[in-house]
Amino acid sequence: MSNRLKRILVGITTANTVTVTVLAFALALVIGGILMIVSDQHLLHEWGYVTSVPGDAFRDSWDKVSGGYADMFKGAVYDPDAPQALRPIENTIVNATPLVFAGLAVAVPFRAGLFNIGGQSQLIIGAVGATWIGFTVSLPLPLHVLLAIVVGMLCGGLVGGLIGLLKARFGAHEVISSIMLNNIALGVLAWLISTKAFHDPKRQDAISKPVKDSALLPHIHGSSPEVNLSTLLAIVAVVLVWWLMSRSTLGFRLRAVGSNPDAANTAGISVARTQVYAMLIAGALMGLVAVTQVTGTLSASHAMTNTLDNGIGFTGITVALLGRGKPVGVALAALLFGALNAGGRVMEASTQPTVPHDVVTVLQAVIVVFVAAPMLVQEIFRLRDVRRTRGGAAPSAAPPAAVDSAVEPVV
Amino acid sequence: MRLELRGITKTFGSVAANSAIDLTVEPGEIHCLLGENGAGKSTLMNILYGLLTPDSGEIVVDGEAREFKSPRDAIAAGIGMVHQHFMLVPVFTVAENLVLGHEESRGGPLGWLDRRKARQDVKEVSARYGLPVDPDALVEDLPVGVQQRVEIVKALMRDAEVLILDEPTAVLTPQETEELFTVMRGLKAAGKSVVFITHKLNEVRAVADRITVIRRGKVVGDAEPTATARELASLMVGRDVRLVVEKEPREPGEVALRVQGLKVRDDRGFLAVDDVSFDLHAGEVLGIAGVQGNGQTELVEAITGLRPAEGSALLRGRELVGATPRQVLRQGLGHVPEDRQHDGLVPDFSIAENLVLDEADRAPFGNALMLDLDAIAKNGADRLAEFDIRAESAQTPASSLSGGNQQKVVVARALQRDPSLLVASQPTRGVDVGAMEFIHKRIIEQRDAGKPVLIVSTELDEITALSDRIAVMYRGRIVGIVPPDTSNEELGLLMAGSVGEDGSGQDAAELEAEPEAETEPEAQSEAQSEAEADVPAPRAASEEAPAEMSAADSAEESSETADE
Repeated sequence: MSNRLKRILVGITTANTVTVTVLAFALALVIGGILMIVSDQHLLHEWGYVTSVPGDAFRDSWDKVSGGYADMFKGAVYDPDAPQALRPIENTIVNATPLVFAGLAVAVPFRAGLFNIGGQSQLIIGAVGATWIGFTVSLPLPLHVLLAIVVGMLCGGLVGGLIGLLKARFGAHEVISSIMLNNIALGVLAWLISTKAFHDPKRQDAISKPVKDSALLPHIHGSSPEVNLSTLLAIVAVVLVWWLMSRSTLGFRLRAVGSNPDAANTAGISVARTQVYAMLIAGALMGLVAVTQVTGTLSASHAMTNTLDNGIGFTGITVALLGRGKPVGVALAALLFGALNAGGRVMEASTQPTVPHDVVTVLQAVIVVFVAAPMLVQEIFRLRDVRRTRGGAAPSAAPPAAVDSAVEPVV
Repeated sequence: MRLELRGITKTFGSVAANSAIDLTVEPGEIHCLLGENGAGKSTLMNILYGLLTPDSGEIVVDGEAREFKSPRDAIAAGIGMVHQHFMLVPVFTVAENLVLGHEESRGGPLGWLDRRKARQDVKEVSARYGLPVDPDALVEDLPVGVQQRVEIVKALMRDAEVLILDEPTAVLTPQETEELFTVMRGLKAAGKSVVFITHKLNEVRAVADRITVIRRGKVVGDAEPTATARELASLMVGRDVRLVVEKEPREPGEVALRVQGLKVRDDRGFLAVDDVSFDLHAGEVLGIAGVQGNGQTELVEAITGLRPAEGSALLRGRELVGATPRQVLRQGLGHVPEDRQHDGLVPDFSIAENLVLDEADRAPFGNALMLDLDAIAKNGADRLAEFDIRAESAQTPASSLSGGNQQKVVVARALQRDPSLLVASQPTRGVDVGAMEFIHKRIIEQRDAGKPVLIVSTELDEITALSDRIAVMYRGRIVGIVPPDTSNEELGLLMAGSVGEDGSGQDAAELEAEPEAETEPEAQSEAQSEAEADVPAPRAASEEAPAEMSAADSAEESSETADE
């Protein structure tokens, strides 16, 4: 028994991925707290005479920070005072859903050795397809939604596949071509919204016609903000991507190409084709983000605007990074980011003077920085070296293995 | 300088890479460190060079205990190391490489490099130790042997008293190896010590003053250079080893692989394989000998579908040229690629996954949609046992295996598919005697089962031991096909481009057109290779168009047949 306890203790105090991620979160909260204090004029004033009356500064700072985080928690997880106690967690789930798709859309190509920075373009073109189907076609409810989803995935997938094809056929680096495609897609979106075919004649501003009600994602639970079909799709996507990566032949090829394309090629695996597939899948996942953005809950107008991507294409990169490119990791990271977003809004609304929502952005950024620099966390907390406790295993191979054992059983 | 290692112990997890190793290097001796792959030689030398810190034990230099935290400390103490993979910047000149990290500049911190001084230093050191290098040559233009010499000069310029050479002969021709030995003896005469790491027994006996044998992280004995190869081998492996591949003479069967007029271009567009033709019979081992870089790599790549080519390579009537690697593999090719790290293994994959890398989408390991993880795991466990791959389990990542065990994985993969043609490049590169014996035996088994086997190796001993016939390649051509009992000297001459008695008439005629190759091979080779590279390229380019058409046609044909 004591042996087992010891092993658990060693596990916790070793710089493995779970420990590092948890500590990164803790560090981010500390830094966020400091930001809250610094951004408050009144508190700064109190800190000015901290040597003579230390009580004020410490007490008020503590109140401020703990109050802020308590509000954030209430906004993201559970609010005992609210009439609907589950509302916050619904909020979190709704916020997390598109991030799951976006994170997977980065994680899948990443395992194949590609950096999908072009989520924005895939998202936008996917949205164009889904919206167009949404307001032109007239179909009964389940068919219309399904068609919008499929077309959104197809359009996103085509853009992703194009990036893959440019790389496979012509050697265009996917980072360059996808950044360029981001700009092209933004331009196309701005133009389309202004055309007769798309622009809503009832509106003066740049917005497309709204999709018909039959194309909206059906709600699963609650009324508003609603958890809708897309959340189910996200769970399915996580399971499918997990299956793809660990059980399927295509996933085997993806991983082989990502780890050593030369050996894969020598073993008869077509690197070019595999990379195109990876980008096709990524684009289709981004298309799903588009569907949630246009026909889902967060979009009040159920139409395309110039800002419909809302930076999710890029947030997907940080989610994938935090989730270590593993499907379940991505889902957990998306939940964390979703909670921070949902909680951040409540915190902004309820604290006095206001703690800006930007603190959340800083928190997310700080977490990712620490996670990306595990050595830094290891130094700060004097953790044991993973390599030393894990033995002769190559350091490059150790972290993913650690994630495997730590995260996979959750499924 | 007298160097002592006392009780060096280093463990990785539960594995003791070095346990209580004692080693003394006297001034002016060539001390040989002999051991299998994964025996702990490299770990020990990395400790000595400050790349690893030992768990216990000490390094004593001239009676004074020293601690090396980084290579910088080791260099300061007078230790120099020539790594197996050279640490040179290819686009820099020799002189620039040699001053790198110790640049002397004029005019303060923002001044300019003192190239003249650098050049003088290089000349001075290379003259003092008899190591001719041209300070103005670009490193990437130099042959491997000369690059190695540059590495040695680099160490000497840092005032190294003890020089560690990590498997230095792995990349050298027999002639270059002899030259290296001369250099080593010269260094010894100048009072320097050399630590020579190797697993090649004949080299040890040729050059060493003292031999320390390491097995599984422990010193198992010292030996004199007068010891027989057999004694050394059994000390190193821990059991009796047969150094000769036992094989019965066997009547070769019908022609299995017919290569005709094969022309292959390398990455830079130069003709690396120039009109090569040969027949490979069923139940025959054809060895391709030659100094590295004479077209063997490109020849194999063309046959295995990895590189486009002109001409034809028919495997039992089916065209391999122009087919994709996958199509060639589907025809039953078993391929041991030349560089296991680069082309053979996926480092993040487990042994089991690597073993099915080329067959994961086929029964019994899976189908087009999904893998059969149980079958893959079982196959992994079976091969682990069959090929004596030393790893915790088949789920161990390939990257954590020692080189020899990695090679066994690659060989196991090629053999488990019961190949219709076995192509093995450098099948035992960096592999110890025990594993070598094993791999050789398995290759001969393939031959005895009536399979055609193509072996490419730069190790002459390996070629002569395995082959039924030996084809020698020089500058993209086969300059002779000779029986395996041809002497090493004769083969060496063929490999260096001069015509042996058994050279085929056609090739001999080709060579006579370039008589200077015989008279002054060293000096002329560079100029010649340049001339050769320049001239044939455009000429061949003009011929290319129609040839390519037919190649494309045949590729389509073969892809159709393969898809069936």
